[in-house]
Amino acid sequence: MSSTDISIHKEVHHAHDEHDHHHDLNFFEKYIFSQDHKVIAKQFLFAGIFWGFVGGFLSILFRLQLGWPEATFSFLEPLLGKWVENGKLDPEFYLALVTMHGTIMVFFVLTAGLSGTFSNFLIPLQIGARDMASGFMNMLSFWIFFLSSIVMFASLFIETGPAGGGWTVYPPLSALPQAISGSGLGMTLWLVSMALFIVSQLLGGVNYITTVINLRTKGMSMTKLPLTIWAFFLTAILGLLSFPVLFSAALLLIFDRSFGTSFYLSDIFIAGEALSNTGGSPILFQHLFWFLGHPEVYIVILPTFGIVSEVIATNSRKPIFGYRAMIGSMLGISLLSFVVWAHHMFVTGMNPFLGSVFMFLTLIIAVPSAVKVFNWIATLWRGNIRFTSAMMFAVAFVSLFISGGLTGIILGNSSLDIQLHDTYFVIAHFHLVMGAAAFFGMFCGIYHWFPKMFGRMMDEKLGYVHFWLTFTAVYLVFMPMHYIGIAGFPRRYYSWTGFEAFNTFTDLNTFISLAAILGFTAQFIFLFNFIYSIFKGRRATENPWHSNTIEWTTPVNPGHGNWPGEIPTVYRWPYDYSKPGAAEDFIPQTVPFSQTQSSNLPQEKDFE
Amino acid sequence: MVSRSIEDSNNSAGAHPLKFSLWLIIISIIMMFAAFTSAYIVRREEGNWLEFDLPNMLLINTAVIVLSSITMQLAYNAAKTDSLSRLKVMLVATAVLGVVFLLGQWNAWGELVANNVYFGGVSSNPSGSFLYVLTGVHGFHLITGLIFLVLVLRSSFKFKVHSKNTLRIQLCTIYWHFLGGLWIYLYIFLKLNH
Repeated sequence: MSSTDISIHKEVHHAHDEHDHHHDLNFFEKYIFSQDHKVIAKQFLFAGIFWGFVGGFLSILFRLQLGWPEATFSFLEPLLGKWVENGKLDPEFYLALVTMHGTIMVFFVLTAGLSGTFSNFLIPLQIGARDMASGFMNMLSFWIFFLSSIVMFASLFIETGPAGGGWTVYPPLSALPQAISGSGLGMTLWLVSMALFIVSQLLGGVNYITTVINLRTKGMSMTKLPLTIWAFFLTAILGLLSFPVLFSAALLLIFDRSFGTSFYLSDIFIAGEALSNTGGSPILFQHLFWFLGHPEVYIVILPTFGIVSEVIATNSRKPIFGYRAMIGSMLGISLLSFVVWAHHMFVTGMNPFLGSVFMFLTLIIAVPSAVKVFNWIATLWRGNIRFTSAMMFAVAFVSLFISGGLTGIILGNSSLDIQLHDTYFVIAHFHLVMGAAAFFGMFCGIYHWFPKMFGRMMDEKLGYVHFWLTFTAVYLVFMPMHYIGIAGFPRRYYSWTGFEAFNTFTDLNTFISLAAILGFTAQFIFLFNFIYSIFKGRRATENPWHSNTIEWTTPVNPGHGNWPGEIPTVYRWPYDYSKPGAAEDFIPQTVPFSQTQSSNLPQEKDFE
Repeated sequence: MVSRSIEDSNNSAGAHPLKFSLWLIIISIIMMFAAFTSAYIVRREEGNWLEFDLPNMLLINTAVIVLSSITMQLAYNAAKTDSLSRLKVMLVATAVLGVVFLLGQWNAWGELVANNVYFGGVSSNPSGSFLYVLTGVHGFHLITGLIFLVLVLRSSFKFKVHSKNTLRIQLCTIYWHFLGGLWIYLYIFLKLNH
């Protein structure tokens, strides 16, 4: 499918050979259909922020329902139209809201928005390349994502409503339009949008991997790469291996929905009427889906591992603790992510022995994760910590990752999962460990690399306000959810006041909703700070954080090709902070050992 | 600029970036078929599985696609030795064989329908539907391969494919061999699971 892209791309190459440097680009070439990785990164960032607000707003809508189940929401009528009837939210629309919230947050914000922004921006800049291996494929990746975004966004406004079968779109619910209105046109658009999304991610991923492998500057060996690049590299590999499987699963679902096949459907009675489909297996979909779905959560969290490692080392003014252990643990997590998918399916009636195998493999992930956490804490330990906004988010990331990760050990047990499956305990777990944590990693990255992206600084005071409100709100939202989850409170329920067992949680649910509204409101402070700083922020210097990695050796506003002259050569690893004997507390990667004789370690004397 | 980034980099891996990208794309296609064929096995284990004979046409098609791989390789060798007329003949032969393969697959579908094995509908069974999906998705990729082939053919008529400029035809050859190999895997897989 993409072979043609390559050949088209070759044509572009030849066209470019003639004019080598600084030919004038018109507005469209420069800002819209740009092939420059920095512009594409910003496009992904803006799209990601837009989607973040959409996804967040949807969650506020269903939190209103959960927090005040008896209230009338007539004031929402101008916005939601017929989805609010007599002040009551339509139950099927509620399902559509949670479905779209999940889809948007997981795929459009934390996959495309996160990897798309930081892989595109940082890979060429940190490995010393002029651009991505294929600027054309990179541009195509964004614009296919844009198309996919339009389809998904449009599905919010159609008459039958957007997809409503949960973000995991399990058949038969998602396969039968007669089941709920959300399985009609909305589901078709969902599948079309996701198919485009997958193509976009594959094009991007192929580019990231090729660039990291092929275009590193002189001296930049794999063991001199910043951890960010290792993280993006492994994320791209995970995507390349797992997204095609989701594509297969979606394709079979499309055939079931529109072409009368029975891959996932068998012996179904709906409204007293028997369907003709025989021989299908809905569990098959779950296997295919979670074979992507589990690596997907690492696709979301791995880039932030890299970003946070980088920011913590820079702002602790200390070398990262256990550089190789960090790479090893990321490799371990990536490998394990492919053999644990069935822990999402403990209660599908699978063989208990198989369940115990998956449980064992799942619990092993705790080991590399703990290695990472200990290394971050050890890096912070007795560091010369500078609390920039980015650093606050990085430290909070570690906190959220621990809080959310610990409950993962509980959920990974196949027997405990019988009680906890599909309760708010699961919601609390994954929102802390991959939702909020990944968001914090993303904020951390934005605050940290904003000066390189836009040539200006973000406002630190507003950053602090944003941080503390968000941090407080996140814990206030998700900590109580553990409690109601252990009590058995089920997820995806529109109305729960009718159950004796859950009636007592009204106050807690109201509290969670209030905290969610607080957290969402706080994001507007970020939005203001972000937009204001692009135009009016304090002007940045070339290397405002005194960082070692080579993106900070570019001009304040790096042009096309990143470095005006030669691409710098790299001599050392990126974490020479506070090295004893050195004149300053950081030695950039581009400084040869011959210039730092006073601080060289015995084994480095050979390189002088 | 984009080209500069590739040309003047002291390529850290040895392979040309585009060739490397192609291999990555091939890996993603392999993953897709790995998903289909493992789904096939998992689903077959569960029973309620219609057993039927594979169309005989598929064996002939396998021979055709192997032949097309040979002509593709001959075209590549011709490009390396600057035998430009042989290059064009072999490329055309490959394209024709590719089209013959697709027509053959279409015939095989006809044979299936004649045997009451349907893709969808009331009397379909996943065992038949899987066969259509496997051949269909492979056929789709073969069409992309044909488009690539036609582009290479076009540039060979413009004298842009020769021993000093083999990248394009090399990529095309790799992709074509992959599509052939993928089909042989699918054929053996279907034979073993029938």
